[in-house]
Amino acid sequence: MAQVNQGVRETVYPQAAQPLYRTLSQIAISAVTPIAAVLVALACGAALLWLNGFNGSDIVTVMIFGSFQDMRSVGEILLKATPLILIGAGLCVAFRCSIWNIGAEGQLYVGAIAATLVGTNFDGLSVWVHAPLVMLAGALAGAAWAGIAGYLKVRFQASEIVTTIMLNYIALILTSYLVTGPMRDASAAYPQSARLIREAWTPRIVSDMRLHIGILVAIVLAVALYIFLQRSSRGFALRVVGLNPHAARYAGMQVARNVMIAMCISGAMAGLAGAFEVAGVTHRLYQNISPGYGFEGIAVALLAGNNPLAAIVSGGLFATLRSGSEVLQITSQVPQVLVLVIQGIVILSVVAFAKLRDILRIVA
Amino acid sequence: MDDMMFLTFLATLVGAAWRLATPLIFASIGEVFSERAGVLNIGLEGTMLVGAFCGFAAAFATGSVPLGLLAGIAGGMLFGLVFAVFTITIKADQIVVGAALNLLGMGLTAFLFRTYYVSTGKGIEIAQPVLIPFLSDIPFLGEAFFRQNLIVYSTVLVAVLASLVLFRTSFGLTLRAVGEHPKAVDVAGRNVAAYRYGAVMVGTGLAGLGGAFLTLGHSNQFVEGITSGRGFIVLAVVVFARWSPIGAFFVSLLFGLFYALQLMLQAQASIIVPYQVLQALPYIMTIITLVVLRGKGAAPSKLGQPYEMR
Repeated sequence: MAQVNQGVRETVYPQAAQPLYRTLSQIAISAVTPIAAVLVALACGAALLWLNGFNGSDIVTVMIFGSFQDMRSVGEILLKATPLILIGAGLCVAFRCSIWNIGAEGQLYVGAIAATLVGTNFDGLSVWVHAPLVMLAGALAGAAWAGIAGYLKVRFQASEIVTTIMLNYIALILTSYLVTGPMRDASAAYPQSARLIREAWTPRIVSDMRLHIGILVAIVLAVALYIFLQRSSRGFALRVVGLNPHAARYAGMQVARNVMIAMCISGAMAGLAGAFEVAGVTHRLYQNISPGYGFEGIAVALLAGNNPLAAIVSGGLFATLRSGSEVLQITSQVPQVLVLVIQGIVILSVVAFAKLRDILRIVA
Repeated sequence: MDDMMFLTFLATLVGAAWRLATPLIFASIGEVFSERAGVLNIGLEGTMLVGAFCGFAAAFATGSVPLGLLAGIAGGMLFGLVFAVFTITIKADQIVVGAALNLLGMGLTAFLFRTYYVSTGKGIEIAQPVLIPFLSDIPFLGEAFFRQNLIVYSTVLVAVLASLVLFRTSFGLTLRAVGEHPKAVDVAGRNVAAYRYGAVMVGTGLAGLGGAFLTLGHSNQFVEGITSGRGFIVLAVVVFARWSPIGAFFVSLLFGLFYALQLMLQAQASIIVPYQVLQALPYIMTIITLVVLRGKGAAPSKLGQPYEMR
């Protein structure tokens, strides 16, 4: 609750471990802001639809409830939630350390490339070896790609905002080069890589649904990152660096190392998300394998107040909105990009409400 | 004869570089104002998109390029007003708000474009080159410098004017003080927030103009994400230019050269490197720029920090 919004610069000190009931009540209180923010964003979205001749109430009936038709559609939402939770939870760690990693999209792509390389080679491995190997390759590649920006920041003070965004474009161009060139499946009409070997595929949870175990991995990792941030000394150090690097330096913490760790954790999570997209969903590498999950992850983390545990919920919410926007496009021809507008307004509302709460607290 | 061909190539290259640099010149000079006042606007990508869309929509409706440009500026400033309210009045984190505005700009422009224009498939009349008498007939130099449209020529004027305002007027002095030592400005009885609002409006107005150039002076169509990262490259340009408008002009030209080189080399079939390497050139150069120019000696000391009166 103390760090609900990093956007508000106030003197908040990281807290030591606290009893569970306090954590629970804090969760309840801190849930008010994001819920209000989402409602405002949906209202704005409805207004936008109405102003442009669409049916405004569709935003509730179709976008929210329309995507919960049956088990299969819930499975599709969870499938979309997987990369969002992974990236969102990873970015929580970076943002807590005041590292503005805007490059999750690129890290996702590099993770997908590495996963494809490992998944199309090494024939003959058992699924118990090959599938985890693919995930590991994705995570490592994502971490390395983010590590470039981290290194440039600690070594040359190059703004990570700019470098991670540039690395996004470079990763996208690299992917386009690989699937049209060296990694192209020559027999296919469209640029795409060869199909991953079956043992490399991420196992499905139910055989007739696309949902794979990635969602479980995402939830477990989000919980792990929450424990890491709140309960480990390294997590404490990351948060101190994020709040006040000078104080951290005086306290004997190595700022550069913590920056690198925060960067690489968020990169690994995005890279893993990329690996799951290839190994769990498409089974091939394509030029546009992500519909912007890397950018959406930023909104997921901010809505979660940079708390990895809350990122599970906000990731699920954004996945619902994304699924809903697809339904809305099919049923009412509403352009699917509406979801970007809603994301933007969610972030702005979170910021505004956090400020409002501060003002109310001062008044009270 | 080979030399002649090379010179022709060079002249075309420089001419194209200036054209391709134009959106960067406007937006980076604008961002210099904003950052000099202590406001880091990473929402420029979204702002430029809004400018590009508003410019396109206005020109589509009226058939007039000047009205389109005005609409681009107005759209940029309207978007900038949102940024200013959130970062200056509400004092929210500038990076968070900037990221939100990028999403909003991308989403809104794509939403409206798909709703109203995508099926029409029609383009708009764009600004035509104005040949400067005599000068445009000079071999090579004429092709490089004197056969541009008026928007491109105006970049020189904007750069000089911006430099004069920033360094030779008391408004400019106060603006820079707001970014370096807002408390001093406050104590001197000037309104810090008002100056920051002004700086952000100038910045986003110019970013809107830069975006509008993309649809009104370069392509004749709006395309989703037409800015393709220029709003972010601008941030690096400003660092490279050491927060100077004239510097921003020349650094933008350099980036324009990368864009032009990429396009012209792509057209050459004999090239050995894959075209994607050339495509990545502006982005790679941006990173290299930041690394080579390390150290932030010239950065306004209060860049990115909201001002709290105490």
